[in-house]
Amino acid sequence: MDKEAVFRIAGLQKAFGPIPVLRGVDLTLKSGAVTVLMGANGAGKSTLVKIVSGVYARDGGTLTLAGEAFEPTTPAEAMRAGVVTVHQNINDGVVADLDVATNLTLDRLSGKGAHLLFNPRAVRRQARQVAERMDLTLDLSAMVGDLPLADRQMVSIARAMAHEPKVLILDEPTSSLSSAEANRLFDLIDRLRARGVAILYISHRMSDIRRLANRIVSLRDGRITGVFEGEKLDYEGAVNAMLGQKINLNAVAVREGGQAILDVKALRIASTAKPLSFTLGDGEIVAVTGLVGVGKTALAESLFGARHPLGGQMTLDGRAYAPRNTGHAIASGVFLVAKDRSDNGIVPDFNIYENMSLPFLRRLSSFSVSRRDRERAEAQRQIENLAIVCRSERDEMDMLSGGNQQKVMVARWLTQASRVLILDEPFQGVDIAARRDIAKKLRASASGRATLVFLTELDEAFECADRILVMSEHTIVGEHRNSEIDMDRLLAEIAGQHEASEQ
Amino acid sequence: MTETQMRQANAALRPALLARTSLRDHAIRYGFIVLLVGMVLFFSLSTSGFTSPQSAVFILQSVSITGILALGVTATLVVGGFDLSIGSVATTAMMASSYAMVVMGLDGWTAVAICLAIGAIVGVINGVLIVYMRVPDLLATLGMMFLLVGLQRIPTEGRSIATGMTMPDGTTANGTFSPEFLALGRHRFDFFQPNLLPVSVVMLIALAILIWFFLEYTRFGRMMYAVGSNERAAQLAGAPVKAYKIWAYVISGVFASIGGILLAARLGRGDIASGNNLLLDSVAAALIGFAVLGAAKPNAFGTAIGALFVGILLQGLTMMNAPYYTQDFVKGAVLVVALVFTFALSKRGRR
Repeated sequence: MDKEAVFRIAGLQKAFGPIPVLRGVDLTLKSGAVTVLMGANGAGKSTLVKIVSGVYARDGGTLTLAGEAFEPTTPAEAMRAGVVTVHQNINDGVVADLDVATNLTLDRLSGKGAHLLFNPRAVRRQARQVAERMDLTLDLSAMVGDLPLADRQMVSIARAMAHEPKVLILDEPTSSLSSAEANRLFDLIDRLRARGVAILYISHRMSDIRRLANRIVSLRDGRITGVFEGEKLDYEGAVNAMLGQKINLNAVAVREGGQAILDVKALRIASTAKPLSFTLGDGEIVAVTGLVGVGKTALAESLFGARHPLGGQMTLDGRAYAPRNTGHAIASGVFLVAKDRSDNGIVPDFNIYENMSLPFLRRLSSFSVSRRDRERAEAQRQIENLAIVCRSERDEMDMLSGGNQQKVMVARWLTQASRVLILDEPFQGVDIAARRDIAKKLRASASGRATLVFLTELDEAFECADRILVMSEHTIVGEHRNSEIDMDRLLAEIAGQHEASEQ
Repeated sequence: MTETQMRQANAALRPALLARTSLRDHAIRYGFIVLLVGMVLFFSLSTSGFTSPQSAVFILQSVSITGILALGVTATLVVGGFDLSIGSVATTAMMASSYAMVVMGLDGWTAVAICLAIGAIVGVINGVLIVYMRVPDLLATLGMMFLLVGLQRIPTEGRSIATGMTMPDGTTANGTFSPEFLALGRHRFDFFQPNLLPVSVVMLIALAILIWFFLEYTRFGRMMYAVGSNERAAQLAGAPVKAYKIWAYVISGVFASIGGILLAARLGRGDIASGNNLLLDSVAAALIGFAVLGAAKPNAFGTAIGALFVGILLQGLTMMNAPYYTQDFVKGAVLVVALVFTFALSKRGRR
């Protein structure tokens, strides 16, 4: 490739206390190319991004931007120099209490040379330009806090784009986007690439990587373990370099569901939606897939009593089941591993074992006095069971990597036997190794309960499910056995074209 | 990751992390306790009579009522709330018990029951305002504070209550404080020495142990901490979050009313002007408690130590002839230092 290396990282080192996170990273970004950075959780990707974007100071090594030393001490400095980062955490990139227009132009309002007075009309005009360049079709006067997560992400990226960056860093930007929105983002990345922006794209998603990558760089334990470029990229090689071991795509041995455990009839989860029905059998793992915003979480929460359905009946083990609240659902043996673990799962002031025992304190305590010995013993068992990397069950949650935090969240609901185990996006922000561990554990422990997994990523569904249900517009539109998938039909159903194909 | 890899990773992590936890963490963890011990040593060397049992009891007695209020407000801090109405609940209880006995001629036990009921009812109202009406905790309890400060003055048209007082309608109130009620403020239990421990100190110790055990060792306490740390996660783990929050305000209200009862019993009258400092002193004790043992979160043990810390400091300074008007300044300075411990130095605070 004859593209110019516009950004160069050489020998970058960083340690937190005595723990080295980056051990001499060399990386070049070329203008007009998308460089994908792959790495398992804990490999040092986020640290790398935070150094480049001026959040952390580095311990050693050099950064060069367009031939000159690049030494940002604050994110604003990095941004002015032309290195713009869109962070994984969407809410870092937007101000929820301001409208879309103000968010899009926020940096101009606060930067040097900004007008003393706030001119709403000028802001609106500038915002419209930014939005048009991005193909952003949002109401500019809407409050960002009222927007769904995916739209907030688009605003956050659009805001970053307003800087005309030389180097754009995207840290897992599609992790909460629907595929239509992701496609809009990819189109935009194509345009930026054509304009000569050097792009560093961090993602776990193979579909993103296949779509975008010009080069792939694998990071493992703070070192670059592989650089892949050329006409045909070696994706498998990149994954192997990232994991440091040969991965085997183990096909699922599809099982039949046993005796019916949960029977859902004519359930309505949205006022405009058609009723949905399905049955879950003993020992089977059923994946529910569909785009973001089609009601997967609404369905999960309805089954768990965190939300009340608008109509329909449920039967659990032959008895009527209508959970009044989450406590009732748990008492009935219906558990939910909620999505977005930091919002809905982790209690940050609690350590590992306290997080695991949280829903079952009543069962674990004697006469309401908590029995920490029992809780710790149970947590030790789960740590071994799921190969959670930690010093002990008393570690704080923020010492764990994302994948291990997620394992704790899954382990929480495996400590007690369930009738129906529901998992909502259990692989969100989880590296491939941890994902395999979790999926393997779910399959190994599946008998004696029904398991329902809500997944946006099809690959993940193929990897762990016996049966796949497809959701669209808040109802179920298709069903597939994982051994005989008709991909055309499945994709049509996901895209909401099922009725057209039926006729 | 294979098991061996995991073990290697663990082995590599352990010494590194232990090294990091050594000095700084010890300073954060034991800093405040060391300060407390140092202070006691200093005062006992530089003043005579500081170390006597009488002096210790005097310190405990001086912090007993604020300490009890602080333990109550700790419960609301645990669920992520705040209760600004505790001071006025205490003074309302004081006025209500005086009114019940002096004006209405009721006996002491009924007066106590009325006060406890007032505390519980105010707690429920606070809780309902916050949980169901979605009024932010500081604002709801601030409103309740104003309301109660005004309410307690209405029955007597702003007069203090004492036996023989003239009522607004010209009659004389002839009821008296019952002896059992006054004993709550004046009786002293024998403890190694005759007539040493006042009832209020015994109450403080008993309530401190009770709430400490409740918060640290029961599942209800644990759930309350979970609610305060991540409400949504607690709800999805099956906790009745709203009920826990309301209960926290009920605990706070009842504790405050106990403080008010002890205050009335000590004074022997319903003094409209007393109890002004109760709110600030008890909130300060609870917040100082964050720094004790590096907890960086509300905790009953810390609150008790926090109250004691302020009491010892003030007593020591008084014995060294520091003027009374420096007291609030000293309390404020201690609070600021404690907050620096909590938020700037501790691991949790830095998140």
